[in-house]
Amino acid sequence: MTEQQTEQAPAFYNQTWDLEYRHALGDTAGRFLNGLAEGKIWGIKSQDGRVIVPPRSFDDHTFTKNTEWVEVGTTGVIEMSTVVYEGFRGLPDPPYAIGYALLDGADTALVGYIRGVDLTDQEHAIEATKIGTRVKVVFAEKPSGTSADYWFEPID
Amino acid sequence: MVNVGIAGFGQSKLVTRRTDVTFPELVREGVELTLDDAGMTMDDVDAIVYPLAPDALIGVNNGERWVVDALGAAGKPMMRVNNGGATGMSAVLAAWTHIASGEFDVVLVAGADRVSESGSAQSVLNKMWDPAYERLVPLNTITMLALSAQRYMHLYDSTERDMALVAEKNRYHASLNPNAHLRKPITVDEVLESRTLAWPIKLGDACPATTGAAGLVLVSEKYAKEHNLQPAWIRGIGQNTETFWMGDRVGPKHRGDHADAVSLEEAFQTAYEMAGVTDPKTQVDVAEVYAPFSSVELHVIEAAGLAERGGAPALLREGKFRLGNEGTVVNPSGGTLCSNPIAVTGTIRVGEAANQVRGRAGAIQVPGARVAVASAIGGDHQFYSTMVLSTDLEEI
Repeated sequence: MTEQQTEQAPAFYNQTWDLEYRHALGDTAGRFLNGLAEGKIWGIKSQDGRVIVPPRSFDDHTFTKNTEWVEVGTTGVIEMSTVVYEGFRGLPDPPYAIGYALLDGADTALVGYIRGVDLTDQEHAIEATKIGTRVKVVFAEKPSGTSADYWFEPID
Repeated sequence: MVNVGIAGFGQSKLVTRRTDVTFPELVREGVELTLDDAGMTMDDVDAIVYPLAPDALIGVNNGERWVVDALGAAGKPMMRVNNGGATGMSAVLAAWTHIASGEFDVVLVAGADRVSESGSAQSVLNKMWDPAYERLVPLNTITMLALSAQRYMHLYDSTERDMALVAEKNRYHASLNPNAHLRKPITVDEVLESRTLAWPIKLGDACPATTGAAGLVLVSEKYAKEHNLQPAWIRGIGQNTETFWMGDRVGPKHRGDHADAVSLEEAFQTAYEMAGVTDPKTQVDVAEVYAPFSSVELHVIEAAGLAERGGAPALLREGKFRLGNEGTVVNPSGGTLCSNPIAVTGTIRVGEAANQVRGRAGAIQVPGARVAVASAIGGDHQFYSTMVLSTDLEEI
């Protein structure tokens, strides 16, 4: 092969995966998401007494079905959080804050965006979203039937 | 149970991009480097275990089909293993069972990854999360470990500087390793000043997206003796699994805190019991552990029994775990922090550990290393593989 041919040889093939899915949410997640439209956070009780949020229909500690629905509080405490300043292709533009909050009456933590915090100053953002921060659940005015229908905001 | 040894380890130079080869050609490169290192040919291989993590990272679905020929697998048993980030090591454990069972004498583990070809890696990895509950909040492999890092700092009064100490140490080690991807040393201050990805993880705390190939040849004790091989002996193995739900790793009734790696600790205990390791701090010379972010290495050091829970930072501050210093050296290769070809990252951990106990690690050799451990982590800290290796089959 001559050098000229090498230079002209095609080097890349561009490809995009454009795949569509219609994921079944199931009865349990469906009920949780439906509750968001009513301003409620539903959990479910396991046979060993844990209140699991978000609710799952089976328990991994006792290997039994969870059937007892329990409404938990719409306030709680941040158990872990991060503030994202880097953009990733296909994901939302930064900055944004996310965290897991242990809601009052729940034994497991729920993930959500943390809003109502100025993220432009990193130090302030970290302090305002730190572990132990009391938060409230805020519900979307126009529910979409997804987990985007709630987020957390620090309680002043 | 049949004793199993590692008789060969091959790895390509780990880099950002390779445009001179297709993916199967890259896998073939790993196969050839591995067989050459073992002094074997494809004819010697009885069966193949192939590590590959999410297909979408390489952009070819069921990528194991594509590499059958590269692996020389036609006419032989072959299986793919996928355990996320632990894939490359779980594949070695599968290969171990192939031989320990008495079914095979020589098993090849080989594969490759080229993470940078997509550019959408974190979007691909976001698809690991539950569509109903968790995916809309853009969790990915960086944010999931930022959460863990923040929690670790909170529980153990640790700081970003402690994370930077890990990065500085590993980047120094990688500067001595001719195969490593990030070979430029970095100072603690440079790590601290690097831009925030997802706090507290900064660019200097993060692994690169790596392209490269690697493989191992595992042999039975009978085969090793018949062929006068001196392999690294696999003395103990462990594998453990943690809940999918990170939110279940906090709160009053959790089974293991997301700050720690409790299930990994259990997997290490399994391997230690099998190997007869009773005091890892004094018995383990080298640890090649999977930690794609600096923060992860802190709790992995603890899970490996090389420090108490929350105790790794204080030891790091004393200079522990560093090449040339006393005690167990952690990630003399630079580790996953400096090179992360996802599918074979765990394979490389085992290979580096094997080279150490065989005295073949060159510039990154820990003098006199006899006992080494390796580990890997996959999923959102869900799948854990561990292994103890030694130079001989004598009591540890």
